[in-house]
Amino acid sequence: MIQHPAVMSLLLSSFMITAMSLYASYYGLKIILKWDMGSGSELQLGLERRTYLISTILGYTLFFQILSFFLLIYTADSIHNLFTGAMCAAGSLGANVYGYPLLTLKLSNAVFCGVWLTFNHIDNKGYDYPLIKWKYRLLLLLAVLLTAETVLQFSYFANLKADLITSCCGSLFSPEKRGIAGELAGLPAQTAMILYAAFFGAYLVCGLLAVIKGRGWYLFATGTAGQFLISIAALISFISLYFYELPTHHCPFCILQKEYGYIGYLLYGLLIGGVISGVAAGAAEKFKSIGTLAGIIPQFQRRAAGTSVILNSLFAMIVLIRIFTTTFRL
Amino acid sequence: MSHFINRQRNVLDFAISSLLRRRLKNISLLLLYTLIVALVASLIFFVQSLKREAALLLKDAPDIVVQQLMAGRHDLIKTSNMERIAAIRGVTEVAPRQWGYYFDPVFGANYTVMVDTALGYDSGNAIIGQGVARNQRIAAGDIFTLRNAQNTPLLLNVKEVLPYESELLASDMILMAPRDFTLLFGFPEDAATDLAVTVANPRETITIAGKIAEMIPNSRPILKSEILRTYDSIFDWRGGLMVTILLISILSFVIFAWDKAAGLSAEEKRETGILKSIGWETSDILLLKFWEGSAVSLSAFLLGVAAAYIHVFFFSAPLFAPVLKGWSVLYPAFRLKPHIDLYQLSTLFFLTVMPYTAATILPSWLTATTDADSAMRS
Repeated sequence: MIQHPAVMSLLLSSFMITAMSLYASYYGLKIILKWDMGSGSELQLGLERRTYLISTILGYTLFFQILSFFLLIYTADSIHNLFTGAMCAAGSLGANVYGYPLLTLKLSNAVFCGVWLTFNHIDNKGYDYPLIKWKYRLLLLLAVLLTAETVLQFSYFANLKADLITSCCGSLFSPEKRGIAGELAGLPAQTAMILYAAFFGAYLVCGLLAVIKGRGWYLFATGTAGQFLISIAALISFISLYFYELPTHHCPFCILQKEYGYIGYLLYGLLIGGVISGVAAGAAEKFKSIGTLAGIIPQFQRRAAGTSVILNSLFAMIVLIRIFTTTFRL
Repeated sequence: MSHFINRQRNVLDFAISSLLRRRLKNISLLLLYTLIVALVASLIFFVQSLKREAALLLKDAPDIVVQQLMAGRHDLIKTSNMERIAAIRGVTEVAPRQWGYYFDPVFGANYTVMVDTALGYDSGNAIIGQGVARNQRIAAGDIFTLRNAQNTPLLLNVKEVLPYESELLASDMILMAPRDFTLLFGFPEDAATDLAVTVANPRETITIAGKIAEMIPNSRPILKSEILRTYDSIFDWRGGLMVTILLISILSFVIFAWDKAAGLSAEEKRETGILKSIGWETSDILLLKFWEGSAVSLSAFLLGVAAAYIHVFFFSAPLFAPVLKGWSVLYPAFRLKPHIDLYQLSTLFFLTVMPYTAATILPSWLTATTDADSAMRS
């Protein structure tokens, strides 16, 4: 177990987020079972009031979730020198089997919260809460995922063991340890560049088609999710190289450091925003047929899809600017 | 967009004016909140600064220190080993280090005594640290005595007092010539406390340490990176331990905040009722509560961080220093270099603002959903 103020704060925050989401899903379950828009009973009125509480809780959850994603990376980075062979966050996260699953789950939970909130937003526009049961079923799933994240995070920190000097000898000579991969390799840069450019082009076409013609929404949602994954792969395989100006450093975490002007926060922020709004825009297609939302959804979709395209394009633009302004050439 | 911003601005305006109207209640909350933030922040800043100091100091430490073990305990190492180590490819320098601890019964303090080869044959002279000078009340040019191994006094002339910058490392240090050191402790002449090995290429350190361990049985090579890591984890561990203890006070603060937010006065209830009856919706009141909470949190956070900054960097954290620094009679007196980064602030945010926010969600919702008529009637 690593005792570190930041570790304590991560554990505390995860614990609170989980507690809040479990509390919210308790009422979510009640709503799924007992919700009856036509009734004027005390129970129904109580439940209607609860919906305010739950959306407030989820709003805060998203905020803290995104912050804690970055705090986790930062903490992993700041404890890297406790492990032999670890050079940065990549090494600390690889120090046991829980690290990378934890990071992935944290990120997807943040995206999940974001999508939930956009549905909540749409739902509040229709006066008869058309999505309510559907929305709270999703909340139950989210609570399960958040709980899993807390368990994973606890296991990760509980199973970290620093390589310290022991009384008999330097730790180095205690039983052979498997080395920690301090570096993430990736696709070959050339291939990744072509792949990224091609995918981005296709994504743009999907986006424009969706925004202008109002068609192909499911394709757009899938495309956005794919674009997100490809962008992260590209970040590891070639974008990072241009920011570090080193042909061998593939770390997706070091760009969050001061040395690179904290540019990583902007890049990840754009990617997360892009995927949340894009997926939400596409998935909203499912509710188009609901009477009270008919007028709202197309407008929402267009806005959200536009936001997603703009955010992803900004990401691509920053990368392009960097590639052309740096003196580094691959 | 401007409609959205204007709405937020107006609600924020209202939130601040309503906070000011209940000045007494909110000031007590703010004071306690600030205190909690300041406590946790001092801790985080202090631990971080100590880690930085340690890392800076250890920058000049030898790449490998070789110690001899005897029955599992640290023993003196024969200087004859030096040649064999120097013969390893990649080693640029091997130097013997002779040092030890001397307890001064008169002043009740432990000194770290070390041979300074620069003093060479200049026996009878010593260079002392600031802490020793303060403790013995001596300055350059004075003479002081230590009791040697034969229980006779060893007279030493203070040649120089080490500068203030080296305080953290050398506060309790006495540097002397090899001959004086031998006399003082009855130290064998063909031995050293440990050997300092310098390696040309840092990547070869591990291999070279392995070779040394093989070559000299019962030796214990320690790498600089291992020392750094151990220091780091000691400071982290102490910090984490303190945070765990402070969690109790954070928890009690959270209960206090909950209580404050939930215990609405009749006047506050009436206010909510009036707001609702003039057309505010539940979500508007939730927004109002959000801005109230943000205003309180932000003020407490800024005030607390400022207080912690003064506590740690101007006064060297008198509240935590004894626990976090370690224990010794001659404490180095030093001022830490101010350093705050985003990471420390976000850790602090998670430890203080988040629990507060979580504690106030439910009470604000309860306020926001009271019915207009029942609120005004009560």
